Amino acid sequence: MTIAPKAPRKLSMKDRYSALTRDLEWDPSYVSTEEMFPFTSFEGIKIHDWSKWEDPFRLTVDAYAKYQAEKDKRLYAVLDGFAQSQGHLSLTDASYLNAMKLFLQGVSPLEYQAHRNFAYLSRHLNGPGPRFASLCQSLDEIRHAQTEIHTLSNYNKYYAGFHSYLHMHDRVWYLSVPKSFFDDALSAGPFEFLIAIGFSFEYLLTNLLFVPFMSGASFNGDLPTMTFGFSAQSDESRHMTLGLEAIKFLLEQDPDNVPIVQHWINKWFWRGYRVTALVAAMLDYMLPRKVMSWKEAFELYFEQQMLGGLFQDLAYYGIEPPKHVDKAIQEKEWLSHQAYWILYQFSHAAAFTTTTPNDEAREWFAEMYPESWPIIKTLWEKEDQNLANGGRHFIRGLPQLCQVCQIPMGFTEMDDPLKIAQRSVIFEGERYNFCSDGCQYIFEHEPVKFRQAWLPVHQIYQGNCGAADLPGVLQWYGMQPGDGGEYLGSVDNENWKTWHAQADHNELGED
Amino acid sequence: MSVAASERPVGVDIQESEQNRPVIEAISADNPASTVNHMPGMVRVTSPGRLVIRRETVEERMGREWETHEFQLAIISYFGHIKEWDDDEIVIAWDH
Repeated sequence: MTIAPKAPRKLSMKDRYSALTRDLEWDPSYVSTEEMFPFTSFEGIKIHDWSKWEDPFRLTVDAYAKYQAEKDKRLYAVLDGFAQSQGHLSLTDASYLNAMKLFLQGVSPLEYQAHRNFAYLSRHLNGPGPRFASLCQSLDEIRHAQTEIHTLSNYNKYYAGFHSYLHMHDRVWYLSVPKSFFDDALSAGPFEFLIAIGFSFEYLLTNLLFVPFMSGASFNGDLPTMTFGFSAQSDESRHMTLGLEAIKFLLEQDPDNVPIVQHWINKWFWRGYRVTALVAAMLDYMLPRKVMSWKEAFELYFEQQMLGGLFQDLAYYGIEPPKHVDKAIQEKEWLSHQAYWILYQFSHAAAFTTTTPNDEAREWFAEMYPESWPIIKTLWEKEDQNLANGGRHFIRGLPQLCQVCQIPMGFTEMDDPLKIAQRSVIFEGERYNFCSDGCQYIFEHEPVKFRQAWLPVHQIYQGNCGAADLPGVLQWYGMQPGDGGEYLGSVDNENWKTWHAQADHNELGED
Repeated sequence: MSVAASERPVGVDIQESEQNRPVIEAISADNPASTVNHMPGMVRVTSPGRLVIRRETVEERMGREWETHEFQLAIISYFGHIKEWDDDEIVIAWDH
């Protein structure tokens, strides 16, 4: 096959990129550079030459608009088809949507916050290369927020828990985990934000967040979510590149930057990793049809790709793997179980439902988690007895929260999996509690920041959450009957059974 | 346990679709040491040290013009470092 000869291009990709980004740069003459870019010196990072920042994508505004429009066109075609064909009925089970409730409440609002902070970077970084890359990412992030909300709004017509995600994001206990993580990054300086979100989150951990969610969607009949996920991920590869360029740029600019960056990697690896505890619980427990275990995902996306690949590259600059990464590796057998056990026991105060794993899931766990499952399964067997006696249990009290990650203190010592891990530090006469060495380390470096944490349990006790009793707090959270609790017998479960029973009785020729 | 940059695997995750099939075929053809794995909804191609996506090879298999920017519609994720992205090829490799 012959291909028609191309019309000669005026400029190559390289030249076009240069013309549309760097050539539009000017040096200020009415004000000093420091006045124009006031936020890029206080963190102690030294930059000598902003023009050394590389953008391998060489993306220009015309190409950006063209391809983003195409991505949206493809996505909206899928959304329409799914809605028109009542696609929600072909999901594996209504319980699958718990994963999506968690996603909409916990992750989509972060996309919007990312949009805001990258817009700020697109104004305040000195170099035109990183400013333009930040502008593209800022637009990407608002596209993600919008497409996710749009995609999942279809489920809001039929299922509980999708209605007040923004209101909940600012108030509900488990959502303070992702919210406080991102607020921590938003309230840092521009370089720390780049390492926190651009590098640690987008490059190190994004695959653990998105790919399991999206493959899970694919396996469980959720075509729209898979499509928005992969559509968002295609932008994510550009974001990963921005993060990797950011870290290499900082490390190459001045040796004094290395220890600062190393501390940020230590901090933000652990911050991000703790947020992924929710993903681990979702992946192992909320998907009716399993894709891969958390442990497998962690080994593939983190241990092999990041420790085995990336950190060997960064060793060249004197960067070591994040502190406490050994703890995360030790936890891979336990993380999802312990996180879900917390969610299970407090789901009466959540906008998703939980249930005990069925026999098939337990067999899968036994195979995937040979070390932890023999112990974890005893918890579920005890709960089976409670259920047989008519009493599914919820914890009626309020848990102690980790001062840094804000997850209820339910993680255990790795050398003693039945002992809850607890660390504490006294700072200016007050005691602060942590779930792990990693969270304690973070507090010790910034106690003045983290003592201000808005801890949902403390706020309830202080009378800031609408009421002093559970129904009052749930009302303040914006929750409605049917949003939380046990899945079996829930509004979603009953509706699901009714819809599918109707289908069974409507066979052709029955009349 | 350091492994040389030329041996540490790099890779790319691509959405599995009719449109992307020729792209995946082209990558396999241009990277003889690569392996292709199918996962739900996506295809993962890995290669020791270096992976190249060539415009000409993709165009031959697609039977139409294809610009390397178009790869943004196919890619989900990657690991490695994007060393080069110009009119003719995209190269993913480790630096050090």
